[in-house]
Amino acid sequence: MANQQNSEIRYLAPIAVDIKKKKYCRFKKAGIKYIDYKDANFLLKFVNEQGKILPRRITGTSVKYQHKVAKAIKRARHLAIMPYVADLLK
Amino acid sequence: MVRQYETVFIMTPVLSEEQMKEAVSKFQNYLKKNGAEIVYEDHWGLRKMAYPIQKKSTGFYHLIGFKADTQLVKDLEVEMKRDERLIRFLTVALDKHAIAYSEKKRREKEAAKEKETEDEPQKK
Repeated sequence: MANQQNSEIRYLAPIAVDIKKKKYCRFKKAGIKYIDYKDANFLLKFVNEQGKILPRRITGTSVKYQHKVAKAIKRARHLAIMPYVADLLK
Repeated sequence: MVRQYETVFIMTPVLSEEQMKEAVSKFQNYLKKNGAEIVYEDHWGLRKMAYPIQKKSTGFYHLIGFKADTQLVKDLEVEMKRDERLIRFLTVALDKHAIAYSEKKRREKEAAKEKETEDEPQKK
């Protein structure tokens, strides 16, 4: 308390402290059981601009569904629904 | 063992409408003749591919969902490989979630179709 009153630095707006937003698995949350390899627009959420599959660390997907996402993307690539390599995909 | 499968194949865009239909019916007949049961079908038509295959950038996509014996899939794939009209194909076995998903999607599609015909009865 005493410290706070004496401190000379004051901020007009509260400083942005990184509050980590908890990542979650969207499949578990939404109850999606099957990932369709024919739905390119949906799979686009799991790749970067180059068409590479994004890691779990970024998307927050659980292991179980990450495997399924990867499989669906690979199937879509085989059928030329999604590109193997691209730039500016988004 | 009988399982449900789903196969998508891409035909060359050089085919005429009749030739394309002929190729599709060839595989339908092949499946029926060998004791498979066609559950659903979907023709996507001419579609742009994400990358060129055999120097072609478009192709006719066709999807067949069927119930068949495991052995038949191998034979079907050999048959597809031999057919020069097909440039790409993929057969996947469907698990219970996939079957539920495809059924749900078909029902939605039918509902949308019905709605469309209700709104515009002159169209079809």
